[in-house]
Amino acid sequence: MADYLDELEHRTDAADPSYGDTEIQNYTINFGPQHPAAHGVLRLVMELDGEIVERCDPHVGLLHRGTEKLIEYKTYMQALPYFDRLDYCSPLGMEHSYVLAIEKLLNLEVPLRAQYLRVFFAELTRICNHMLNLGSHVMDVGAMTPNLWLFEIREDCLNFFERASGARMHSAYFRPGGVHQDVPLKLLTDIADWLDGRLPRLFEDAISLVADNRIFKQRNVDIAVVSKEDALKWGFSGPMIRGSGIPWDIRKSQPYDVYDRMEFDVPVGTQFDCYDRFMVRVEEVRQSARIMKQCLNDMPEGPIASFDRKVVPPKRGEMKRSMEALIHHFKLYTEGFHVPAGEVYVATESPKGEFGVYLVSDGSNKPYRCKIRPTAFSHLQAMDFMMKGHMLADTTAVLGAMDIVFGECDR
Amino acid sequence: MGHSAPKIATIDGIAGEIGTLLGSMLIDTVDHADELTFIVLRDALPQALTLLRDQAEYQQLMEIAGVDYPDRPERFEVAYHLLSVTRNHRIRVKVSTDEDTPVPTVTHLWPVAGWLEREVFDMYGVVFDGNTDLRRILTDYGFKGHPQRKDFPLTGYVELRYSEEDKRVVYEPVKLAQDFRSFDFMSPWEGAQYVLPGDEKAVAPAAPATPTPKTTEKKADTGAGEAANKAAETKSGDAPAKPAAATAEGKGAAKPEDKA
Repeated sequence: MADYLDELEHRTDAADPSYGDTEIQNYTINFGPQHPAAHGVLRLVMELDGEIVERCDPHVGLLHRGTEKLIEYKTYMQALPYFDRLDYCSPLGMEHSYVLAIEKLLNLEVPLRAQYLRVFFAELTRICNHMLNLGSHVMDVGAMTPNLWLFEIREDCLNFFERASGARMHSAYFRPGGVHQDVPLKLLTDIADWLDGRLPRLFEDAISLVADNRIFKQRNVDIAVVSKEDALKWGFSGPMIRGSGIPWDIRKSQPYDVYDRMEFDVPVGTQFDCYDRFMVRVEEVRQSARIMKQCLNDMPEGPIASFDRKVVPPKRGEMKRSMEALIHHFKLYTEGFHVPAGEVYVATESPKGEFGVYLVSDGSNKPYRCKIRPTAFSHLQAMDFMMKGHMLADTTAVLGAMDIVFGECDR
Repeated sequence: MGHSAPKIATIDGIAGEIGTLLGSMLIDTVDHADELTFIVLRDALPQALTLLRDQAEYQQLMEIAGVDYPDRPERFEVAYHLLSVTRNHRIRVKVSTDEDTPVPTVTHLWPVAGWLEREVFDMYGVVFDGNTDLRRILTDYGFKGHPQRKDFPLTGYVELRYSEEDKRVVYEPVKLAQDFRSFDFMSPWEGAQYVLPGDEKAVAPAAPATPTPKTTEKKADTGAGEAANKAAETKSGDAPAKPAAATAEGKGAAKPEDKA
């Protein structure tokens, strides 16, 4: 070793003209699975040439829990909470696809108030999700404060979820045929106040710190540019495809529940880089707040779940008085409901992109096959293509702008 | 009004348009729940999807899903979900295959198919011909079997734990403290295909179906007692060898021949 260092110290270009021309081999490093910026359990095997990424092979599946297999052994209702645990940052977005898929197979009509409540809480979920993503993206590229402020908002959202469903994260609030319970008026007025006061104040404050920040721009502008053609080829959706300049939003183009009654804008990127993806999400938060306000204005009174007692269990009070209600309750919580044979693919605009459920029913009370189409799976696959030629330090910016959660990617 | 799932506008004559486009590659068209499914020949899949992408404007491949139907001769179905962002429409293209027959890859059409095919391979063991990177993706390093097949048990075959003695993670065969409970909700009024629990009691007992009628052809059979037996023994030569044992069984016992 000493000889080697000695040689290095005394060697000069004049003494050895070939010095500096020696070929340096590419080397491979392992990023994750315990890296804090890996957003969970992502393992990236990266081949580097100096600090330039030549190849990037993501290893996923470290959080694979066999959700799809488990769902095949559960009744339709029992399978619902698994969806909360897929993308645990936006649980209701996952539930939304699943309940809509069941309702499509059953051709079940949902009361208007339930549809409004679903849209309302799905948008609250979007805000909640983006608070986590924007905050961690900012932190991944070096800023600390905005993340803490955005987590304040996320905490508010989680409290609202708790007041509506009883659980902070894994709500299991959407049910086939409607929602589980009506919300108290005080909760709606509190959220209305929050939408007018605390949310815009904290959010705009936090974003004003980074949106025009020179360091933040240096880390994000022109990083991982994805053209429209590539975005289509790699199966992008959600903020990723909009960040690539394609105005595609399932809420607008294939509206579900009461999204066709809502007025909102779809932001798109112009430079197709990480900064655009970030700013698309920022604007989506504002639009979500706008949708929630419209929901609060237009939400009618009425039932919050279908009266089809072969699908939706009766309320406790009804069970005390009616024998038939008691029988329905017993049957629904033991056997569950049977879904007519057939197959549907239902995709909704979850905060991260197109979250699809391909549900195959054989007419029994359990799904024959429930294929979950995660958003992160397609996006992460493009990691190799997006990282090629970028610096190692850009990895975290690219990952942050993808918005990946491994509960959903690995299922 | 019906369900409130995503409303996808139906395009007039789209099934016919795609039918003519695919021509002889198309086996069947299914229109169910406002969703169109085209079942195509397995070997013609890349051609069919190329036509759909370039001429029918289905630019995006959103999902490849495998389904297992163990009763069919070609047990696996592979369903490709296509999306057109210009026509705002979704279709599904299906092929079927078995354990050994490869499905042609579509990675040259959509790079996103790479991982989607890897997942179907991992979960079902369907081989994709032409996919150069067909490694397992979701399961553990060194996993054996294809977990989404219907004949793969829910619990799997191995479990792992950290061993304090070996100071490493060890894999062991699954041991369940309680058997996996699978309840069957088949309605007995709608034709269950097996004997329902409890119903086996209703079947007439098979043991002594019709008791042999008692006959008293010999004196010993009458059960009249020791004295009568002795008298019978002296009188007939073909009497039972152990008359005392026969009587010990009590009155009205079955014929000694029955005991044999």
